[in-house]
Amino acid sequence: MNKTPEQINKDLLRPIYHATWRFYATAAVLTALVAAAFFAWGYQIYYGIGVSGLNRPVFWAFYITNFVFWIGISHAGTLISAILRVCNAGWRRPVTRCAEAITVFALSIAGMFPLIHLGRPWLFFWLIPYPSERGIWPQFRSPLIWDFFAINTYLIGSVTFLVLPTFPDFALIRDRASGWRKMVYRIVSLGWRGTPKQWHRLEMAMRIMAVAIIPVAVSVHTIVSWDFGMALVPGWHSTIFGPYFVAGAIFSGIAALIVAMALLRKLLHLEEYLKPIHFDNLGKLLLVMSLLWFYFVFAERLTIWYGNNPGEMSVFWSTQVGRFSPLFWTMVFCNFIIPAPILAIKNLRNKIGWTVVASIPIIVGMWLERFLIIIPSLSHKYLPYNFGSYRPSWVEITITVGTFAGMGLLYLIFSRVFPIISIWELKLGMTKVEAPEVASQEAAAEQPQGG
Amino acid sequence: MNAIYGLYPDPDSAQRAFNVLERAESELGFSNADIAVLSGEPYEEYRFGQRDNVTRMPWIAALGGLVGGLSGWGFVAFTQKSYPMISGGMPLVTKWPNGIITYELTMLGAILTTLFTLLITARIPDWRGRKLYDPAISNGKILIGVINPPEAARGEIGSRLRGAGAEVVKEFGK
Repeated sequence: MNKTPEQINKDLLRPIYHATWRFYATAAVLTALVAAAFFAWGYQIYYGIGVSGLNRPVFWAFYITNFVFWIGISHAGTLISAILRVCNAGWRRPVTRCAEAITVFALSIAGMFPLIHLGRPWLFFWLIPYPSERGIWPQFRSPLIWDFFAINTYLIGSVTFLVLPTFPDFALIRDRASGWRKMVYRIVSLGWRGTPKQWHRLEMAMRIMAVAIIPVAVSVHTIVSWDFGMALVPGWHSTIFGPYFVAGAIFSGIAALIVAMALLRKLLHLEEYLKPIHFDNLGKLLLVMSLLWFYFVFAERLTIWYGNNPGEMSVFWSTQVGRFSPLFWTMVFCNFIIPAPILAIKNLRNKIGWTVVASIPIIVGMWLERFLIIIPSLSHKYLPYNFGSYRPSWVEITITVGTFAGMGLLYLIFSRVFPIISIWELKLGMTKVEAPEVASQEAAAEQPQGG
Repeated sequence: MNAIYGLYPDPDSAQRAFNVLERAESELGFSNADIAVLSGEPYEEYRFGQRDNVTRMPWIAALGGLVGGLSGWGFVAFTQKSYPMISGGMPLVTKWPNGIITYELTMLGAILTTLFTLLITARIPDWRGRKLYDPAISNGKILIGVINPPEAARGEIGSRLRGAGAEVVKEFGK
């Protein structure tokens, strides 16, 4: 039997009204880890950046690895959601909000790392264009300033993209809530009533936003790659870095989205809405990205090996057979050898457990990839007397763990305040007449089935 | 403000009611602008969902992007000229790096313009006074009614709304 609108409302608003003891226990553990990370950051601020493992010649390490990694994860949402929206893929409807939320939180976390890495975060405003007392403006020729503009544009765009379609859902909560909750949702729904004019403007705005946000998302990770590509450091100065970073970002983003969706499905009992077909479709995208990632890794290494430049080759051998080789081959296993066969076999890919098994190593592997881009190159610059090494301190490890916990905590809080699935879009998918050739598959993906 | 409206379970019956009201405008003494439509999801395939669907939002967004891009270029070039600082043998006003900032501000201009155009043209936020609304809309019902109907025609409007398939006919603000 198909679900009625009332049943859908009830199912999807349940997490907002009811929280189990598991929710509070998970939130408490995550809060403790986040608090530990803030303690470690405070410790670093008090005693100075020397308490981290940063030292000559490795001045970028865990913090910048995390920065690049979280920027990559942020591609899960807005980019995937926008592409599926532009393509009018009906199966996107239960997925988009989960994905867009990842973007906003991952970007916010990523944005913290340059501040942590500064050592003296109270000087962060030096990044912001303003005329200082000495008349010195930011150096617009520096990729770090490009980051400032790109990340902030992407963050503003992603927040807008996430928030716009929530007004009708907030109005829905407003209609059912009482007390303080009614007052809060009355304010955040902005007086939404659902006139044809409001619906038309909202849909038009979402279409424009979807088109605008895709090039912004691509530019963000390209510009992050230029933080490296513009430097004359072995292994970094490569024209392939832009697309290589973007492909890696989408790859890790989809993996993170699959894991987040599987957790939400289980914890919030969304089995009738997040169905195997959604994981199957995302699994296909993940397989494509895994193959593309492997191609980029191969192409990058091939040109370095063929060029045989001594400076580049010292980085190359350190990752293939040297000190960093265990990490490199673990990365290859995590990003290609484990997930590609799982995702290529239809009978495995259409089982949620297997897509999660394929996705978790990818998240680990992509973090390792970011690490391997940064540390081996800085450890092996052109002059051998300047070779060095790096070992992370407890401060960096604690902050890193804390950011993963922070992501989980933000997501938990989000699921208590926002419907994690866009309710009106889900209902729209059920009533809208789709094109005949895609109707059968999309109807199967969109139609919740109940008792 | 007062109104009389019917709640419809599906878009087909809502469209019937909309047609009935349009045909009865002159007879019952209200105008097309007085017909109210509210729904919990967009129905752009139906005529009642196509009201007010003309907008210049894409053009306004493009204009916002143009303004953002020009401001970005002007801002960076002005800064570079007012504090001349040669670095790395690059020209004072560097086209390629400035292009990146210009590009980002172009997109930011388009995004913000879209947001503000939506808020202004959809007339949100609007928390003032009591507006015609029924919470049943969020349960999938479609509201079709007449705002400020002539007193003498209320009974007739109600009966025509019922005749078109309304599950319930209600009065608002009386």
